[in-house]
Amino acid sequence: MFNYTFQWKQALARLPQMLDGAVVTMQVALLSMAIGIALAVVLTLFRLSRSRILSGIATSWVEIARNTPALFQIYMAHFGVASFGIHFSPWTSLLLGITFNNAGYLAENFRGALKAIPDTQARAGRSLGLSELQAFRFIVMPQMLRISFLPMTNQMVWAILMTSLGVTVGMNTDLYGVTQDLNALTFRTFELFAVAAVIFYLITKIIQLGARLLARRMFRY
Amino acid sequence: MIEIQNVRKSFGALEVLKGIDLTVHNGEVLTIIGGSGSGKSTLLTCINGLEPIDSGRILVDGTEVHARSTDLNKLRQKIGIVFQQWNAFPHLTVLENVMLAPRKVKGMSKPDAEAMAVKQLEHVGLGDKLSVYPSRLSGGQQQRMAIARALAMSPKYMLFDEVTSALDPMLVGEVLDTLRLLASDGMTMICVTHEMKFAREVSDRVAFFHQGVMAEIAPPAELFGAPKSPDLQKFLAATA
Repeated sequence: MFNYTFQWKQALARLPQMLDGAVVTMQVALLSMAIGIALAVVLTLFRLSRSRILSGIATSWVEIARNTPALFQIYMAHFGVASFGIHFSPWTSLLLGITFNNAGYLAENFRGALKAIPDTQARAGRSLGLSELQAFRFIVMPQMLRISFLPMTNQMVWAILMTSLGVTVGMNTDLYGVTQDLNALTFRTFELFAVAAVIFYLITKIIQLGARLLARRMFRY
Repeated sequence: MIEIQNVRKSFGALEVLKGIDLTVHNGEVLTIIGGSGSGKSTLLTCINGLEPIDSGRILVDGTEVHARSTDLNKLRQKIGIVFQQWNAFPHLTVLENVMLAPRKVKGMSKPDAEAMAVKQLEHVGLGDKLSVYPSRLSGGQQQRMAIARALAMSPKYMLFDEVTSALDPMLVGEVLDTLRLLASDGMTMICVTHEMKFAREVSDRVAFFHQGVMAEIAPPAELFGAPKSPDLQKFLAATA
């Protein structure tokens, strides 16, 4: 029926290289999430601010991040900025692209979460003498992060999967990039990418499990 | 001393405070009664600057609350307020709820803030709930925690905005007991309340608000015993 003989051994022999790639993938994704969350908090503050310029910046960011392909965002972070003489390594460009995307989506999640927190919470804080920023930092933000925890986990999974777009800017050290190079070397396309898919799947599952355990420890109330 | 001078405030087309004049002396317990929409709660939120006013002045110890130069965060340390909805911070334990402002606003050290919080929580009868999250407390306990939280800032004045209105009737008593305790400690208090018996018993003076105007103010015996205006007579008849 098929004129193809599976040769799993060839793919499995490359497993150590692919696992090294998986480590790079996780590094980029984790870093992009950490910076993305911090930026999303800043964007949220921009949107809450009374400044039109700041809220304009935040709104544009969120709109572009959510309504253009992630591929475009990563491409722009590499070849786009190169037009202006700024040259990033593929690793940096990939990180910037995913971080940009994460921050946009997370800021939108945070906005939704804020709607679930009554205004009276910040008001109670203000009445105790806390400044606006303190009330946000100590009363509103912790609740916002808790409500957004599940969407954040989804975004983390999405960040892992987005690393595969790095090949378009010449990234070849992450899981997808390594697999692509191995494929060019061996032509065991199906086997190699099947193994890569399993690794991707396992990483995202571990993240979801880890997140659940973390949530149980963190949110005791 | 809290001096309220000809204060006016509108929400859109609705004028909720129509020129209020009122002075609250140190050590005094003033209760404000009146129907809903009479402006009594609005006045409280104006006193600590949570709401802006349209005209007039409010002075707290001589500082004009709504002046641009006034540091409201500093002024609010003097004025504790407790709301109808107690607004417990759900992500913090009872102890942490009370410690937050002393730590972050006053910059108290952790042991000092903790000692202060424990003292205040014991005062309101929550000494055994320190490490519990608010979701585990009853409404009355949450409201008492909110009182302890305000007291932990060592305010000179306390404002109570219908603090028993959202409570189960069974739990009203414990919160009123806490207020009585405070009054007997000599705290300067303004209480907006629907509890007439409480008003009669703890107040030095009672003010009756009607449609944005302070219609009457007198010591409780006089105000409840011989109400002058027909509006107050009607109100007392309806709430008796």
